[in-house]
Amino acid sequence: MSTMRSLTFDAIIVGGGGSGLRAALELAKSGKKTAVLSKVFPTRSHTVSAQGGITCAIGSADPEDDWRWHMYDTVKGGDYIADQDAAEYLCSEGPKAVFELEHMGLPFSRFDNGRIYQRPFGGQSKDFGKGGQAARTCAAADRTGHALLHTLYQNNLKNNTVFLDEWYAVDLVTNADGDVVGCIALCIETGEIAHVKAKATVLATGGAGRIFASTTNALINTGDGIGMALRAGFPMQDMEMWQFHPTGIYGAGCLVTEGCRGEGGYLINKDGERFMERYAPNAKDLAGRDVVARAMVMEVLEGRGCGENGDHVMLKLDHLGEEVLMKRLPGIVELSKTFAHVDPVKEPIPVTPTCHYMMGGIPTNVNGQALAQDADGNDRIINGLFACGEAACVSVHGANRLGGNSLLDLVVFGRAAGIHIEKSLNEGVDYLEASQSDVDRAMARMSRWNDSNGGESVADLRAELQSIMQNAFGVFRQEDNMQEGVTKLAELRERIGNAHLGDKSNAFNTARVEALELDNLLEVAEATAIAALERKESRGAHSRYDYPDRDDVNWLKHSLFHPSNKTVTKREVNFTPKTVDTFEPKIRTY
Amino acid sequence: MVTNITNLGRSGLSDWLIQRVSAVVLAVYAVFMVAYLLFHPNLDYATWSGLFSQTWMRIFSLLAFISMAAHAWVGLWTVSTDYLKHTGARFAFQAVVIFAIFVFLVWGVQVLWGA
Amino acid sequence: MSNLQVSVYRYNPETDSAPYMQEFQIDTQGRDLMVLNVLTMIKDQDSSLAFRRSCREGVCGSDGMNMNGKNGLACVTAVSEVIKDNKLVLRPLPGLPVMRDLVVDMGLFYKQYERMQPYLQNDTAAPAIERLQSPEDRDKLDGLYECILCACCSTACPSFWWNPDKFVGPAGLLQAYRFLADTRDNATQSRLAELEDPFSLFRCRGIMNCVAVCPKGLNPTRAIGKIREMLLSNAT
Repeated sequence: MSTMRSLTFDAIIVGGGGSGLRAALELAKSGKKTAVLSKVFPTRSHTVSAQGGITCAIGSADPEDDWRWHMYDTVKGGDYIADQDAAEYLCSEGPKAVFELEHMGLPFSRFDNGRIYQRPFGGQSKDFGKGGQAARTCAAADRTGHALLHTLYQNNLKNNTVFLDEWYAVDLVTNADGDVVGCIALCIETGEIAHVKAKATVLATGGAGRIFASTTNALINTGDGIGMALRAGFPMQDMEMWQFHPTGIYGAGCLVTEGCRGEGGYLINKDGERFMERYAPNAKDLAGRDVVARAMVMEVLEGRGCGENGDHVMLKLDHLGEEVLMKRLPGIVELSKTFAHVDPVKEPIPVTPTCHYMMGGIPTNVNGQALAQDADGNDRIINGLFACGEAACVSVHGANRLGGNSLLDLVVFGRAAGIHIEKSLNEGVDYLEASQSDVDRAMARMSRWNDSNGGESVADLRAELQSIMQNAFGVFRQEDNMQEGVTKLAELRERIGNAHLGDKSNAFNTARVEALELDNLLEVAEATAIAALERKESRGAHSRYDYPDRDDVNWLKHSLFHPSNKTVTKREVNFTPKTVDTFEPKIRTY
Repeated sequence: MVTNITNLGRSGLSDWLIQRVSAVVLAVYAVFMVAYLLFHPNLDYATWSGLFSQTWMRIFSLLAFISMAAHAWVGLWTVSTDYLKHTGARFAFQAVVIFAIFVFLVWGVQVLWGA
Repeated sequence: MSNLQVSVYRYNPETDSAPYMQEFQIDTQGRDLMVLNVLTMIKDQDSSLAFRRSCREGVCGSDGMNMNGKNGLACVTAVSEVIKDNKLVLRPLPGLPVMRDLVVDMGLFYKQYERMQPYLQNDTAAPAIERLQSPEDRDKLDGLYECILCACCSTACPSFWWNPDKFVGPAGLLQAYRFLADTRDNATQSRLAELEDPFSLFRCRGIMNCVAVCPKGLNPTRAIGKIREMLLSNAT
């Protein structure tokens, strides 16, 4: 690989979604030589799918609104393992970031007085939970993510950011000191492999919902940044925390609103039984999301699932009649016709609990600097490595993210990472050059696939991985299932290590990209599995049959998964915000 | 590389306007001619010549000829820049069109004010 | 009958001297799949097939392609909507260079988009809060800002086929009008000046192919007409 081309930048940002583009914008404005490296054209990133809005106390719907109330909701929503200094930063810096977006041209919807439109969302309150429902989510109709992503891309064009579109980051390059000094990247169009050198490498690679068989996430959400960081030996935080939604359309993963059950719809198993009556005799299908999702998983595990593979249940709506459906749920009728090929007026909709968001990720401080843990359990900054957006775990979402907080996370912490990188570049930060063996180490995985001859196919192995995760690490978990899942993943690691890349051509070889993505899915899946097995309590999105209660004595902590020995340690949650009093953990009720 | 150096006003807006205004003139002229022919089923040379000996008809006709020339030039220039990607061929085509339009225009003037 | 006959445009620049159509048989088990699902099933059989995809729900604009002669997004187009004579025929978007199989080089398309300076320009100092905009003024952006840059429209436009380097195309012009129509933008004069030449905008012949294929139901022809009105009232 002596002929490998080198590309040198001050900062390289891997990922062209909301957080990557926001970080890039900050750096491009400062005149630093910055490139955004993205495996898809930036506006194809998953941020584009966000709908509802960006939650922020800009005081438009209610002039009295206070970012501290937003912070309280965020900390409580995260079941008290959100870092309070980070939540404080998110909520207090939020308004500035949202106004900036507006000034950049984001076409927010408006109130009559010309200010940005805000709508109510789940988990929002006034006056620290005592003042009733708040309306704090700034929206551009139901296309806020699209509007936000396009606005950020456009402003990067304005500021002449360099884009490496349809380039795929393969692995991080670390020097002899263990600092991150760039990455190996593949130009998808030509097959060229380049060594991208940078003083700051930002992983803004988004989520990894594709580790599950059913997800609302885009096909590109394969956890590439998480995989790269894990292979480089860096730890992951709170990877057991995955947000699920009970009713996603089976196969497609598109969300079906809870309103269907509100209108009188109910879930049935393969025998046509309304099974929720057994799990929740009073509330039935309108029990909490976690209860409903858990019941759905139980039906599947006990063999009463529907379909050829017996892996989903049905949402029955036809008894409501065409008139009610067309009047109350026209969007769902259209959605299920488009994506489930069923007309809910006549047939039930196949649904399954659907993975939605990864609360965990690369642990960072509020400056986006990636963190590791030293032998004494103290935080250690990883030189040269940054993360922001869904790939990062700052952690502002703790064990459960509130709606509308993800878009805010992207712009606030994308901006923060950019500001910090600019500052450290100005201070003349520099690291040891990578040696040839450092580069070769980062190339090992790519070479393995390129040299493969014979072995299982990527598509089959990916399907198997997704099935393992769906069955053992879904909404509700228990020791034996998870143990079996961990074992199966270990076997899968062997098999993926011997899998076959059939197509070795260079020009736009998407088979090679999918093979490389499979490695990342495996890394994310394994970190999730082992962390989930280790956290012996139920908190937020992590619910266990065998440990049904929250355990603040032992687990008011972050989990930290270490890839070198596949162990989990604990990391302290921050309870010391700078300008407000600590929000002490309380029983979480709404 | 197709350039717009050879177009009329070097402005798409003026070309567009010329195209529309000339089309209106040509439409009016055509309607007039058709109507005139319909109302004179037994048209003889004297009547026809008489029509064109009147100054207003000569001006009206000249306006129509100029409109035709402008309309044809804008239209054919557009066609040439769409379909003729070879610069030499495109330039030759445009030269032929300009020459033909010029000849027809002069000839038209000669017909109207001659003999 | 659950066997679907699919004919797919194949071209690998490294090995093929010319493109060709390859036939596949797909067992749909009687379901009416999305075209993207069919492509995924083909890729499971033959991993060498190249196509772009991301959100799979019609908002990212990755999988624009030509399905039985009509441009659209593979992820939100059911096979039954496009199939003719029991055969699904899939080709890349027309008029752009093919990189491989169904993947086209979008370079010219993006370049025209960038030429429109698709970002808000306002040289007055920004207020401490947001710039105010009435709901009525905000409504003027509806039908404009929703564009997903899938290129279905521009690659269905003959004027764009002939002069992709000079005619901005419907997608770019829709974006040009999105900023011309935004009350917060004050670069109207320079934006209009950029469009006055005979090619950039005036190559539009109003045949409305763009409107017929837009997967988001947008109307670039109307936007182009509005820009022409602005140019006219500006010049007279």
